[in-house]
Amino acid sequence: MAVIAGSTTGRKAKWAVVDIVVVVYALIPVLWTVSLSFKTAETQTDKNFFPSAWTWQNYKDIFTTSEFIRALINSIGIALIATLIAVVLGTMAAYAIARLDFPGKRALVGVSLLIAMFPQVSLVSPLFEMERQLGLFDTWAGLIFPYITFALPLAIYTLSAFFREIPWELEKAAKMDGATPAQAFRRVIAPLAAPGVFTTAILVFIFCWNDFLFAISLTSTTASRTVPAALSFFTGASQFEAPTGTISAAAVVITIPIIFFVLFFQRRIVAGLTSGAVKG
Amino acid sequence: MSQTVETGAPAQAEPAKKKPALSEGKRAERRLGWLLCAPAAFVMVAVTGWPIIYSVWLSLQRYDLRFPDDREFVGLSNYAAVLTDKYWWTAFGITTLITVVSVVIELVLGMLLALIMHRTLVGRGLVRTVSLIPYGIVTVVAAFSWFYAWNTDTGYLTELLGAEAPLTQQIPSLLIIILAEVWKTTPFMALLLMAGLALVPDDLLKAASMDGATAWQRFTKVMIPVMKPAILVALLFRTLDAFRVFDNIFVLTKGANDTSSVSMQTYNNLIKGLNLGIGSTMSVLIFIAVAIIAFIFIKLFGAAAPGSDSGGKR
Repeated sequence: MAVIAGSTTGRKAKWAVVDIVVVVYALIPVLWTVSLSFKTAETQTDKNFFPSAWTWQNYKDIFTTSEFIRALINSIGIALIATLIAVVLGTMAAYAIARLDFPGKRALVGVSLLIAMFPQVSLVSPLFEMERQLGLFDTWAGLIFPYITFALPLAIYTLSAFFREIPWELEKAAKMDGATPAQAFRRVIAPLAAPGVFTTAILVFIFCWNDFLFAISLTSTTASRTVPAALSFFTGASQFEAPTGTISAAAVVITIPIIFFVLFFQRRIVAGLTSGAVKG
Repeated sequence: MSQTVETGAPAQAEPAKKKPALSEGKRAERRLGWLLCAPAAFVMVAVTGWPIIYSVWLSLQRYDLRFPDDREFVGLSNYAAVLTDKYWWTAFGITTLITVVSVVIELVLGMLLALIMHRTLVGRGLVRTVSLIPYGIVTVVAAFSWFYAWNTDTGYLTELLGAEAPLTQQIPSLLIIILAEVWKTTPFMALLLMAGLALVPDDLLKAASMDGATAWQRFTKVMIPVMKPAILVALLFRTLDAFRVFDNIFVLTKGANDTSSVSMQTYNNLIKGLNLGIGSTMSVLIFIAVAIIAFIFIKLFGAAAPGSDSGGKR
């Protein structure tokens, strides 16, 4: 605890060691997957952490099968649509919660908190049956609806926390200076709200991208199976070959967007994750 | 969302009659508030509220999709069947064990990580960035990484637990499942705790240390009390989340050798067994279990419950 003492080199070195431990902890499973994805079929089972022979073959394999490409398209499409809708609906609700006074507001906040805690598996049986009857089973919409539902509490919490921080007097000031309401919104409020909306979009996207339970229960063919679900159906190039390499390559591919978000928007993601949660 | 609007309209008209003070502007504000919230509320209720009621209905029927003609109302006999089933209780015990052990470890490690992220003198951005990776990564991807790490054919860790084939034995498998859970969710716990840590006033720590408090005393007597709401929120979210454990078990053991969780059992009965009646019964039971956990936590929270103060201050 360096509360009082100044920062000496020794102290810094100690912290550097601690930092390295954390970095190794976080990265080991990721590096292992990357390593497996580059191992050749012959060295796949050599149990070395790093590949002794490198190959792009696994990546070539997954991108030549329609199975993976189709799953990737499903994943991207479903996650993007669900994110878009959840953020739009969430923004509307969060604006109302942060800015307007109306009865039922508390109930809405309570309901969304309940849903954040809802055991998703409890919905699997009824949704399975309902979607079969409505013809939504194994379609994009069949996954988009549950995703929106479980993303909404997250979106409403983060966004209303962000919206509460916006200095709304600026809007009034702009109008005084002769701006129309539309101008005031576009020039003053929208730029202030954009970071919060964007952050929420990232968090919601990560949530949809990650889901496995719904993806595996509410789909049955490649028509709407997303990558996390498709991974568990992968087979090797021949039936005598374990699909280790291809699964790892596919795993690396779907990890890339996450790494990208984390690297470029670290500060915002942290702010977004913690804003709603600790306002007790 | 006709429902909210419909129930909303009379509710708004009535107080207007009793209290004429409600101005036109105020009424417009209410209407706008309802309008803006209606779509979100509708989707949330339609996808959770109705299905859970429907699943109560399904759970009272014998309904196996392989024998759809045998569909029949059977009252509570599905519940009797599940609650006297050995596999259900094994799964329940396993789920509870995984939840308790992993949440306790996560709390300790998360607190350490939060302190590191909060106090480190070098590379603060780096530590925060990399610790977001486990949070963001697809659970199934991480699960496969652990699977191949412990798998006898490919793994670099296979011999570590002293078991011949760790993923084919119950205890080693459970340890690996807990490891996978802890790895993935500790950073999230740490972030929530770090937000609580930021609320601890530095002056207070300095004062305590002037008065001769040791680092441990400063931690337990100053930091923990201030952080209590943050700790409870983090514990609540993680406990409920851990109770739903599914992805890791699905990939690591498929629930073999008594490592199945309640979610896994539900999935197996529904998708593998196509038994909607039993599957729905389990869904309802899990819902009740989670509701009880949440209730206990919220009792503990008291006023510190999240949302109690989210009522929108300007």
